[in-house]
Amino acid sequence: MKHNKLIFALAAASLAAGAVHAKEVVVRIGHAGPLTGPAAAFGKDGENGARLAIEDANAKGIKIGGDTVKFELVSEDDQADPRTATTVAQRLTDSGVKGVVGHVTSGASIPASRIYEQAGIPVITPSSTSPKLTQQGYKMTFRVIANDLQQGNALGKYAVDQLKAKKIAVIDDRTAYGQGLADAFANSVKTSGGQIAGREFTNDKATDFMAILTKIKAMNPDAVFYGGMDAQAAPLARQMKQLGMTAKLLTGDGGCTGEMIKMAGDALSATTFCTQAGIPLDKMPGGAAFRTQFKQRYGNDIHVYAPYAYDAMMSVIEAMKTANSVEPAKYQPALRALAYQGVTGPVAFDDKGDIKGGSITVYNFDAGKWAPLQTIQ
Amino acid sequence: METFLQQTLNGLVSGSIYALVALGYTMVYGILGLINFAHGDLLMVGALVALQTVSLLNAAVPGLHPVVLLAAGVAVAVPMCMAVGYLIERIGYRRLRNAPRLAPLITAIGVSFLLQTLAMIIWGREFHVFPQLVSTTPMQPMDGVVVSPLQIFTIVVAFALMGGLMLLVNKSRLGRAMRATAENHRVAGLMGINANGVIAATFIIGSGLAALAGVLFASNYAIAHYGMGFTPGLKAFTAAVLGGIGNLPGAMVGGLVLGLVESFGAGYIEHLTFGFLNSSYQDIFAFMILGAVLIFRPSGLLGERVADRA
Repeated sequence: MKHNKLIFALAAASLAAGAVHAKEVVVRIGHAGPLTGPAAAFGKDGENGARLAIEDANAKGIKIGGDTVKFELVSEDDQADPRTATTVAQRLTDSGVKGVVGHVTSGASIPASRIYEQAGIPVITPSSTSPKLTQQGYKMTFRVIANDLQQGNALGKYAVDQLKAKKIAVIDDRTAYGQGLADAFANSVKTSGGQIAGREFTNDKATDFMAILTKIKAMNPDAVFYGGMDAQAAPLARQMKQLGMTAKLLTGDGGCTGEMIKMAGDALSATTFCTQAGIPLDKMPGGAAFRTQFKQRYGNDIHVYAPYAYDAMMSVIEAMKTANSVEPAKYQPALRALAYQGVTGPVAFDDKGDIKGGSITVYNFDAGKWAPLQTIQ
Repeated sequence: METFLQQTLNGLVSGSIYALVALGYTMVYGILGLINFAHGDLLMVGALVALQTVSLLNAAVPGLHPVVLLAAGVAVAVPMCMAVGYLIERIGYRRLRNAPRLAPLITAIGVSFLLQTLAMIIWGREFHVFPQLVSTTPMQPMDGVVVSPLQIFTIVVAFALMGGLMLLVNKSRLGRAMRATAENHRVAGLMGINANGVIAATFIIGSGLAALAGVLFASNYAIAHYGMGFTPGLKAFTAAVLGGIGNLPGAMVGGLVLGLVESFGAGYIEHLTFGFLNSSYQDIFAFMILGAVLIFRPSGLLGERVADRA
C-alpha cells in the first residue's frame, strides 16, 4: 500500500514537472540569402516567405514531444557571395539553429552546404537551381524547386512536342550552368524524337556569334537553343535577326529575364521562348491566398521565390512534427520521407534531396514581357 | 559558297575592328617598345562616353536624327579618350621611360584595372544597351548572303581611318617626326624633334582610334559594359603580333587575318578536322595560326620593318 502511494506521488510530481516544461520551447531556424547587393530583392523575398511560415506555425501552437514550440527566425545576409555564405553558414550552425532555409543563389548554396552537412543541420534551398548542389551526395541538402537538368529536359520535350521543332541547333557558353542545361536539353530533344542539327560553343564573355550563327543558318534548323546568360543571349538574338534567321530562339532561365528584354530590344518576337523553374503564382494551388496574406503582412507584392521559401520552412516544421522531435538527427529521416501539400504544390524529395516532379514553366515573349505559356510537372 | 561569302563578311567586320585597335598597340610599341595593355580599356571608355552622350542628348533634345546623335557621341568620346590616353602617358609612362621594360608593362596592367574599376563606379556593373544608330535591317545582295548597312558602315569607317593614319604617318611632318622617334627617340631629340611631344601625339592618335573602334564595336553588338574592352584588347594585341608588332600595315593585315581566321575557324573547323574539333576550339584555332606564323616568321607576317615603324 505504502509502495503504491510513493508511485502515485512520483507520477504526480513528474506530471507537474511536465506541465511546467510543456509551456514553451523556443526553436531557432535560420534563413540565409542576399539582403544587400544586386540580388538583395531575392533574399528579402525569401526571408519574408520564411517568416510568414514561422508566424503561421506559431499561431497554430504546434506541440512537438509534448511541448508547445515557439519558432524563431534567425536571418543572415550572405550577399550572394560564396565566401560570405560559408561565414554565415558557420555563424548559423554555431548559434544552434535546428534547420536552415536558404541559400538563395547556387553560388552561395554549394559552398555553404558542406558546412551544414558537417554540422548535421538540414538546409532547404528555395531557389538555387544548379544540379551540382544535390550531386554532392549530402544527406542534409534539400531543394523545393526544379533544377536546371529538369529545366533542360522540360524545354527539350516542349520544343519537339509542342513547338514541332524537328531540327534544333544547340549553343552553350561552356560554363557549368550553360553546358549542363544544354546537355540536358539536347538529350531530351533526342529522346523526344527530335534531331540535334549542330552543337556549337562560345564563352561567357563573347559578343560576336556571327560565325557560329552563319554555320547554323546553313543547316536550316527549326529552332536554336542557347544555354547561358542574358548578356550573351541578347546579342545572339540580335545577330540572328541581322542574319535574317527565322528559327525559334529558346533559352533557359538565364535568358528569361527583364535584362534580356531590355538588351535584345526588337530582336525578340513571338518566336522567342524561355523557361523558368517553378510556376507562376496564379497557377500555384495556394497562390492566390498566399499573395493576399503576403501583401497584408508586408505591404508589398511577392518578388519571385517567397512561396518556395514558405514551403521550405513548412517542410522543416512538418518533418519535426512527424518525427516528434526538433533535433536535426531525429527529424532528418522524416524530411526525406516527407509528403506535404504546400503553397507551390506537393513537396516530396527524391534520394538526392531534389523535389520530386518539380515544375518548369515555359514562357513566350509577348507584348514586351515574358508571358507564361505552359507549366510542365 | 554562300556560307563562305557570309563567313568572309563576318570576318571582315570583326577583323576591321581588331585592326583599328591593333594600330594603337603597334604605334606605341613602335615608338616606345611598350605594350600598352590599357589600350583595350580605352575602347571601353570610348563606347561608354559615347553612350552617355547619346542618352543625355536624347533626353535633352528628343527626336534628333540618329546620325546627329552618333556624330555627337563620337565628337565627345574621341577627345575624351584622347585626353585619357594623354594623361596615361603623361602620368603613368613618361617617368618610366628609362626604367627597366617590366616597370612600364606592369604599370600598363595597373592602368587597365584602374580604368575598368573607374568605369564600373561611374557606369555600374550592368550591361547597357548601345543604340544601333545605323540600320541593322539585313539586305540581300545575293541569294543566301545578308549584309546590314551597319556592317558596311563599320568596314568603310575602319578602312578610311586606316588609310588616313597611313597618310598621316607617311606624308605629314608629324608622321616624319614619329618615324624618326621610332628609330631612336634620343637621336631624334638631338635632331630638334620634340620627342615628348611626338610620343604624346602617338598616344593621343591611338586613343582616338580606340574610341572610334569602341563606338563601332558597341553599335555592332548593341552592348556596352565596363569589362567590354578586355577581349577585343587581347585579340587586337594578338593581331598586332601576328602582323609584326611595330609595323602599321602589319597591324591592319594582322587584324583582318585574325578576324577571318576566327570566322572560318568557327565555321569550318569541324569539317577540316572531320568532326574531331568543334567551335569550342575557335580561339585555339586562332592561336594555332599565330603560333605557326611566329615559328616560321618570328617577327610576324610583315615583319618589324624598322623604317616603317611609327
